Amino acid sequence: MKIIEELLMQFSLSVSKITDKIYTVSISKEKLRQTVVFLKNNEKLLFDFLVDIIGVDYEDSFGVIYNLSSTQFPAYTVLVKTHTNDRKNPHFDSIFDLWQSAGLYEREIHDFFGIKFINNVDMRRLFLRQDWCGYPFRKDYDPSLEVNHIPFSNEKLTDMEKINDGDSIFEKNDFVVNFGPQHPSTHGVLHLRIVLDGEIIKKIDPNFGYIHRGIEKMCETYTYQQLLHLTERLDYLSGSINRHGMCLVVEKGLGLEVPDRASYVRIIIDELTRIASHLLGWGCMAMDMGSITAFIYGMRDRENIMSIFEETCGARLMANYNVIGGIINDIHPNFQRKIKRFIPYMRKMLKEHHFLFTNNPIANGRMKNVGYLSKEQAISLGATGPTGRASGWSNDVRKIDPYSAYKYVDFKEILRTDGLTFDRYIVRLDEIEESLKIIEQLIDNIPSGAYVTKTKTIIKLPEGEFYQRVEGARGEFSIFICSRGDKYPYRVKFRSPCIPLVNALKSIAIGTKIADLVMLGGSLDYVVPCIDR
Amino acid sequence: MFHFSIVLNCVDKFLHVYFTDSCVLFIDFFLVGIFILVFYAVLALVLIYLERKICAFFQCRLGPMRVGPFGIFQPVADMIKILLKEVIKINGVDVFLFRLAIYLVIIASMCTFGAIPFDRGLHVIDFNMGVFYFLSISSIGVVGILLAGWASNNKYTIIGAMRSGAQLISYELSCGLSLMIIVILSGSLKLSVIVEQQFYVWNIFRGGIPTIIAFIVYLISGHAETNRGPFDLPEAESELTAGYHTEYSGIQFGFFYLAEYLNMFIVAAIASTLFLGGWMPLHIIGWDLFNEIMDHIPPIIWLFSKIFVCIFLALWVRWTMPRLRIDQLLKLEWKILMPISLVNILFMFFWMMYL
Repeated sequence: MKIIEELLMQFSLSVSKITDKIYTVSISKEKLRQTVVFLKNNEKLLFDFLVDIIGVDYEDSFGVIYNLSSTQFPAYTVLVKTHTNDRKNPHFDSIFDLWQSAGLYEREIHDFFGIKFINNVDMRRLFLRQDWCGYPFRKDYDPSLEVNHIPFSNEKLTDMEKINDGDSIFEKNDFVVNFGPQHPSTHGVLHLRIVLDGEIIKKIDPNFGYIHRGIEKMCETYTYQQLLHLTERLDYLSGSINRHGMCLVVEKGLGLEVPDRASYVRIIIDELTRIASHLLGWGCMAMDMGSITAFIYGMRDRENIMSIFEETCGARLMANYNVIGGIINDIHPNFQRKIKRFIPYMRKMLKEHHFLFTNNPIANGRMKNVGYLSKEQAISLGATGPTGRASGWSNDVRKIDPYSAYKYVDFKEILRTDGLTFDRYIVRLDEIEESLKIIEQLIDNIPSGAYVTKTKTIIKLPEGEFYQRVEGARGEFSIFICSRGDKYPYRVKFRSPCIPLVNALKSIAIGTKIADLVMLGGSLDYVVPCIDR
Repeated sequence: MFHFSIVLNCVDKFLHVYFTDSCVLFIDFFLVGIFILVFYAVLALVLIYLERKICAFFQCRLGPMRVGPFGIFQPVADMIKILLKEVIKINGVDVFLFRLAIYLVIIASMCTFGAIPFDRGLHVIDFNMGVFYFLSISSIGVVGILLAGWASNNKYTIIGAMRSGAQLISYELSCGLSLMIIVILSGSLKLSVIVEQQFYVWNIFRGGIPTIIAFIVYLISGHAETNRGPFDLPEAESELTAGYHTEYSGIQFGFFYLAEYLNMFIVAAIASTLFLGGWMPLHIIGWDLFNEIMDHIPPIIWLFSKIFVCIFLALWVRWTMPRLRIDQLLKLEWKILMPISLVNILFMFFWMMYL
């Protein structure tokens, strides 16, 4: 787009492009805040969605990349790059006051790279223990056990709540309840510390990192074929979609053509994954509200999808189906027949789900008028996916930046404007119907031919940066790869759609009751392994 | 019709031959106590099996299938498991209150259980104020729940206990008020009198519209009294892990579990005694042959089938509805059920006076 380019040129000298929709702007760190404010507030550009903040260790310097996207031109992305040569005491200006999502991203970079963000008071570690020595994503990090012993004691709760200058984030007389890490309805090992006044929630402080596996760090020592497996372990409920994204970014880097057959099958698998994920999300939300029967119904319908996966992919949850260049093996002879049987079944069951739960007076009373998330807030928090769409923010990557075979299919982006819990709930159920429509259009038209393009045994991405985003079941999942031409990536960064969702919970659950907190968690539908990468 | 009191009198006479009066009284009490305890435990097993099976069918599952044919011995196995489990000692609890809580809960439910008339004469004590006794003794249970939550020294349990205190005390009101309708109708608090009065027409039909309203209100509030979904806030497992009994283990937990199931039975039993004719068979005025045939079905089967219908309703609701929130729960009681019950009493009064 001309206009974006011109405006960017005005501001900075070095504008380059990764692809024709992704611009990179390099600026000095003093001009960082100014540039970001300009991009955010410029009326023509409106780059007001902070997708992610990426930290990179360039060995001689530390770089921070601000990944901005526009709500005006959602297909375009600007990567604002800045760096500092000060390795002893690296610091940047904080932008936590511009975006609600920025605070957590900055904490993550501080945790991994030891970069300080000036003015951000809350510079606790996000994933690692507060007493961890060193910063693991630095290239000169010493992983030996002498530096960081295997701890035999739990981290003290008081350590978790101390911000910069030793103050606690809680007041002295706060009634603090530990909600997790072992709690039946935090959807994994999420640790929320909530301040209660009777039943009413005053404050929430999420603690992450109980199942942090360092996947991004592991990626740096894995070849491209190997690290595909890791992507499915992020958001395990939309594993195939994540893996699809990873394949796309590598294929884009190699300039590889994917056969149409593979693209079609990939999308069918993606949409099935999305249906399975939404069904589970629906069931879990119902269970959070105390309706166990609905959960079992969701699992029952999901089972059909799992059996389709089992036949074609050989696995149920981690399908391991996409590979670089296509899909790992051809579809099972039963694939089309089973899916065609599944579509009318699912439609019938959707009606039953609506009858059982949506029209239930208690469920209605619980979901309506609770957990309002405005569009501005959703954008500021970066709450993408069904959550953002329920608030009226059109952010479906499948629509705004169609990848793979999505340009051939016709479907509706479900948008609602109220932003209440009920809307988030309804968006999920309606998206199941849209996914069914997509599958219906593709299933009879799977082109014949090869299903995979042969690649070399050792894949080396050319030097440079690669970026791809896909629509996961919970929101925008994007992958940033910085390559130096080796067979291993230099830095991989996954954008987790779930961190903003937990952040959203932090702001919408204030003033509601404990029962609502659990239900709101269900309606945002975060998955903890996606947060704890 | 067969009288159970004949059998009981025989036993009593038999004992009188060999023992003195006070001794006989003691043995009578002892036998009745044993009988009630055993019946209580066996009934709990049956109820657990029923609940698991019915819930499974609501959820398109089979439920327990492995232990015995159709898994009928599953609750027995569960019972053995829970008896053998270690009772974990927890630091920082108020040991005396912690243990006392269980007994209060179980004793309250046992005492109520004892007052149910199972058949003509098959009745531990026929109080002349039986309905009042039901209401008063069953509300001791809430003390146990509050103590359990308080003594556990845990933030979740105290929230659960507070919720439960608010819930049980509120719902007792509409529960009591709807039973008052029956008292107005029959003019007696004595359970045997109330049941005998329903020889031809059950109370629910005899009292017309007000009793039907009262029956519905009683079913809702009685269901809330038992702490079961959609009113299971005190133990809301997705919010408070297990609510007031989080810290209990082994047989201590087992007692809470037992009391919960038996309370469900007791609520259903009171509903069927006061509203659906108790052990009285279905009689229709004028249909003598029909009444004769109905009389041949033992009264205890009548009572249990009525109780089963009420329990089935409770299970149906429990496994369909999501949970209420605490403010909605209290709103339902204080703004809807309570006013309805109060107006209903006036309505009943006019019904009795003018119709």
